[in-house]
Amino acid sequence: MIAELGQFAIIMALLAAVVQATLPLIGAERLDSRLMNSGGQAALIQMLFAVLAFGCLTQAYIVSDFTLLNVAENSHSSKPMLYKITGVWGNHEGSMLLWVLILAVFGAAVAAFGRNLPATLKARVLAIQAMIGVGFLTFLIFTSNPFTRLVTPPLNGNDLNPLLQDPGLAFHPPMLYIGYVGFSVAFSFAIAALIEGKVDAAWARWVRPWTLTAWTFLTGGIVLGSWWAYYELGWGGWWFWDPVENVSFMPWLMGTALLHSAIVVEKRNSLKVWTILLAILTFSLSLIGTFIVRSGLLTSVHAFAVNPERGIFILFLLAIAIGGSLTLFALRAPALKAGGIFSPISREGGLLLNNLLLSTACATVFLGTLYPLFLEAIGGGRVSIGPPFYTNTFVPVMIPLLLLVCVGAHLPWKRADLLGVLGRLKFAGLATIIAALVAWYIADGGPLLAILGLGLASWMLLGTVSEWADRIKLFRAPLSTSWQRAINLPGSVWGMTLAHGGLAIAVAGMIATTAWKVEDVAVLKPGETLSVFGTDYRFEGVREIIGPNYAAVEGTFVLSQNGEYMATLKPEKRLYNVQKMPTTEAAIHSTFVGDYYAVIGDPDGAGGWTVRIYREPLVTWIWFGCGLMVFAGLISLADRRLRVGAPSDKKRTQLTSKTAEASS
Amino acid sequence: MNRKVLFLLPLLVTITIFGYFFWALTSPGRDPKKLPSVLIDKPAPAFDLVELEGLNVPGFARQDLTDNGKVSVVNIFASWCIPCLAEHPYMLTLGARDDINLFAINYRDKPEDALKWLNKHGNPYHRIGRDPNSRAGIDWGVYGVPETFIVDSAGTIRYKHVGPLNTGDLENIILPIIENLQEQQ
Repeated sequence: MIAELGQFAIIMALLAAVVQATLPLIGAERLDSRLMNSGGQAALIQMLFAVLAFGCLTQAYIVSDFTLLNVAENSHSSKPMLYKITGVWGNHEGSMLLWVLILAVFGAAVAAFGRNLPATLKARVLAIQAMIGVGFLTFLIFTSNPFTRLVTPPLNGNDLNPLLQDPGLAFHPPMLYIGYVGFSVAFSFAIAALIEGKVDAAWARWVRPWTLTAWTFLTGGIVLGSWWAYYELGWGGWWFWDPVENVSFMPWLMGTALLHSAIVVEKRNSLKVWTILLAILTFSLSLIGTFIVRSGLLTSVHAFAVNPERGIFILFLLAIAIGGSLTLFALRAPALKAGGIFSPISREGGLLLNNLLLSTACATVFLGTLYPLFLEAIGGGRVSIGPPFYTNTFVPVMIPLLLLVCVGAHLPWKRADLLGVLGRLKFAGLATIIAALVAWYIADGGPLLAILGLGLASWMLLGTVSEWADRIKLFRAPLSTSWQRAINLPGSVWGMTLAHGGLAIAVAGMIATTAWKVEDVAVLKPGETLSVFGTDYRFEGVREIIGPNYAAVEGTFVLSQNGEYMATLKPEKRLYNVQKMPTTEAAIHSTFVGDYYAVIGDPDGAGGWTVRIYREPLVTWIWFGCGLMVFAGLISLADRRLRVGAPSDKKRTQLTSKTAEASS
Repeated sequence: MNRKVLFLLPLLVTITIFGYFFWALTSPGRDPKKLPSVLIDKPAPAFDLVELEGLNVPGFARQDLTDNGKVSVVNIFASWCIPCLAEHPYMLTLGARDDINLFAINYRDKPEDALKWLNKHGNPYHRIGRDPNSRAGIDWGVYGVPETFIVDSAGTIRYKHVGPLNTGDLENIILPIIENLQEQQ
């Protein structure tokens, strides 16, 4: 009964989306305010039905209703409650429903918070948003119905893929989807602007919070996924250039470019056409990401089940969405008025360079991800592109980008004096050299590139801090003045400083783990000790443990340095009862300078066990730095100027004068 | 370049990429998960493995693959390998047939453990060769247990399966290949 209610709810959501996709558009053409306003109501109705449908599916999972095909295939009655709930989106159908739900929530949010948007723009944005919804709801209902009943329900379910039964991965998909789908709003705004033929500072300001929200969640989602891969797969790495990772990384690179180029539109009314294109491409890449994971197009460790019929459907959906929007772009964008001009060395120039580098980086990832497919299509056989490709293409593009992050932030608008800026960065430069030398000393030589990389990271961090210190006149004015200035700094400036600083810290972690990772594999008998990089790992033995839906062996390692006790690690090797799939649960002791990471493998049949020990230097810096970037996004979102709902009177006058200035 | 053409560029690139996607989805028999093995359609490597003592089946050598004109299934297993136990029922099914050979390479195992394991769960194999140091395993390109090979009566490797077999694999992949090879002879 409840499943039928859910079925009914997704059909109603589709109908609401159809209304929302058509009436406001006609209304905006005819300037009929009643038709235009219908968009907001339809968006709300669509969201309520999507919530209802999602609630129904969740209920089916909670009570383990195996009369539903989807629940029987992906759940099991003995699964812990947390994973029963997260199992809702641990499969194709459920995750599509989540996708549609988030899309509807974003649509309703635009309707609710966009009160001060011009009526025609708002109507068109909502209509475009609904068109995407129509496409995906149709896809859901006709090819991926989560509410399909079984004629002969099984006694118990097939269980969720054990790799997904993990707290880190439980919340990774929702965050990632909020990121992917959040870019739909920027996309809808871009299409609406193309229809209206007008892009101005106000437009950029309205788009910014949505892009920022999407970017923040996407960052969080990617980091959660990476963290999960780090401790769950037991390979001791945090990024594998797997196609599925890449498809989430590409919208991130483009979205980052979009965030930066939108600033130029907002402040200088320039780079407009480019920003529109970026908005379209960012969401297109999100769609392609969703598509690739589900179509079985590429080999990956964690793709969904392959279904060609679905693949073709979603491909056509994408062709309409992306092809249609790019056609509109080709037709309408040339008519957009060009904005203000600027000299190459200026804040605008810096942001443009940032955009070019980020787009190039994204293109290399795109090429690397799809090259095997292209090669296969022209009969070149099957190849797999591994990390060496990205080291040789992606990294060289990122180096100048990272090098210029803090220089760009120092540049004033319109025209800048590069030497003056570099002069202000001389202390940062000096400190960087010292930091690199210290790294060289500590690491006792080591790869030269990694030393330079750490220098680069500290340059970025120190340059960012010095820019912030400049703004608050630290040490150049009384501390109380600096304090006052720091409090008064807008959220967006705090956001920039924290995000750039976070990036620097994360980059330092990435370089250190890549360059100085130590790995050892050995067969140990209980009581034996393995020494890895100055740390002794004494293997105490294993014991068998029984979990709620798995059996496991748990090894115990006692870590000590120079005879002094450090920590006890208990890695597990689990075998899940239903899917007969083994998973490794690495045990990790995290410290500021690095992680001690142990994995227990198979017994050798002679009383010994294969164990793998990793020493991962500075890996926590990656999580901390990326966490800082997420925090920076939130801070920036809290910026008063962005509260689209109700700007204060003073801001409102400013906003209207800006708009007037921009449209004049 | 004409300015208008520049604006068309993103669309043209997208159309090209989608062409590739369409090709990949519609070309029949394309399975991105299939790992190409260099050994497919090559003669099986030379090896001669001793028997597992205490079990009344003989050892296993290269020559046994071509001796009796039957298609052979070669399974790599070990007593310490939990997925091997999961696929063991399918081995018992295969071992009951007398129109094929079911051979095994006991990979990196202690003889007494392997013996205990086979006595407990049943021995489906017609021949078992012990490979304690994975000498033969390396020649066969084994990188994880269990693995299952299908070898035709001329000693040529025709198929390689990585990981445990399940019902679907047996019915949809393994048995059709065996039948196909038997028809060809």
